[in-house]
Amino acid sequence: MDLVTPSIGLIFWTGISFICLLILLRKFAWKPILGAIHEREQSIDEALNKAELAKQEMARLTSQNQDLMQQARAERDEILKEAKTLKDGILNEAKKQAQVEGAKLIEKAKIEIENQKKAALAEVKDQVSSLSLEIAERVLRTQLDDKAKQETLVANLLKDVELN
Amino acid sequence: MDCNQVFVSKVKRLIVVFTLLIAFLSIKIDTFAQVDSAVVPVDSVVAGSAEAVSGEHGAAKHGEEKFEPTKVIMEHIADSHMWHLWGHTSLPLPVILYTANGLEVFSSGNFHHGEHDYNGKYNNYRLEEDHIKVVGADGKIDEEASKSVLDFSITKNVAAMFVAILIILIVFISVARAYKKRVGKAPKGLQSLIEPIIVFVRDDIAKPNIGHKYAKFMPYLLTVFFFIWFNNLLGLIPIFPGGANVTGNIALTFVMALGTMIIVNINGNKYYWKHILTPDVPWWLYPIMIPVELIGIISKPFALMIRLFANITAGHIIVLSLISLIFIFETAWISPVSVAFVIFMDVLELLVAFLQAFIFTLLTALFIGMAVEEHH
Repeated sequence: MDLVTPSIGLIFWTGISFICLLILLRKFAWKPILGAIHEREQSIDEALNKAELAKQEMARLTSQNQDLMQQARAERDEILKEAKTLKDGILNEAKKQAQVEGAKLIEKAKIEIENQKKAALAEVKDQVSSLSLEIAERVLRTQLDDKAKQETLVANLLKDVELN
Repeated sequence: MDCNQVFVSKVKRLIVVFTLLIAFLSIKIDTFAQVDSAVVPVDSVVAGSAEAVSGEHGAAKHGEEKFEPTKVIMEHIADSHMWHLWGHTSLPLPVILYTANGLEVFSSGNFHHGEHDYNGKYNNYRLEEDHIKVVGADGKIDEEASKSVLDFSITKNVAAMFVAILIILIVFISVARAYKKRVGKAPKGLQSLIEPIIVFVRDDIAKPNIGHKYAKFMPYLLTVFFFIWFNNLLGLIPIFPGGANVTGNIALTFVMALGTMIIVNINGNKYYWKHILTPDVPWWLYPIMIPVELIGIISKPFALMIRLFANITAGHIIVLSLISLIFIFETAWISPVSVAFVIFMDVLELLVAFLQAFIFTLLTALFIGMAVEEHH
């Protein structure tokens, strides 16, 4: 039964040395080691959290950027559209005006032409009448002199008339 | 809780270990009876020619001695006042005796392996089967006087334990220094070997069993774990600084279990004591239940004590028995078989060394957890 009889000496020394070991390790080993591990774990956690936050922030910024881009694009489209309508309007206006102006000019030109035509016709009429009078006068004069001569004269006159 | 499973398997194992232990002890008593009868005549021969015993004579006796495996194994696993190095060379260790008259300190080398008596200041001492006995005036052992002398010697186990403590202190203080030097950086070298084990004790032993109050008990749990583990491992080394059966000694496991018992009961809260003193049973069952619960206070650490002691001692006995086979068969041809089995057992013992440290710490954490648990 030697094996299962604890000896007083070993109990004493084990007790003393285990308590000493516990105190020494507690002060010089467990406190710094557990503290350092805890601190490191916390810093890792913190870093991970921060990374997560940064990621979220990044996503937020990206979506914001996208929104801004979309908005800017929409605005640009709007502006372009407006410009186009404006341009079309101006163009139409200008066209209309030009047409009106053109029509006016044509009208004027037509009137002018008419006037000129009328004036020319009047002049022609005058000329024709004076010419016929002259012819008549000459015819009458030559008739009065010589019959043959009168006829040639009339013929010549008629030739002249044709030239005119 | 998953601990329940552990408990059940532990209880089964305990039963097996106990059965083996009882079987082993019953065998041991028989063989020792034989050994005693064999030793007594030799002793009387030695006493008769005490003056004439020479080194050569002793050596001749050793040569003639029949190989007694039980005796050899018991010598190896028991504590000793000398640290056996090789052959007939032993390291003498200091003997410290507390007698009624005062302390006596001398070297165990004075006993010359038990062949000589030592004349101390107050008494004459004789080393008999590695126990120091007082020799009376008539040259015979005075059992009455021997009982009053308390033996506080630095025995082999104490010295081996000091070696283990020294190694533990060197390892962990250097690791702690590494943490101070490399604040916030990744662990390196020894530090990275030790850190996962510390984190394992914290996250897999302390936290799940104790809960949020675990931090207070961490120093005790870590110290217990590494103290047992290092001593177990040193016990597996067959040469000088190791080889002692430190954790397989009931005195050491007794102290460890006592520590756990004290820690558990000091930290027990009102729910713990209420469960013991006024359990949830009809009042007329109290005379049965309260003694049972009170026995439970003792039996839990008692199981811890026996478990560690039996596991480690059993491992040592098996390894030594396998080696003894060579000498029992008196042929070197059996040695390959022996060595192969010893290698297998040593690898298994490496696992057991860790496992027993783990189990001791786990159960300590479990008992603490049961004592500090809050009920709502």
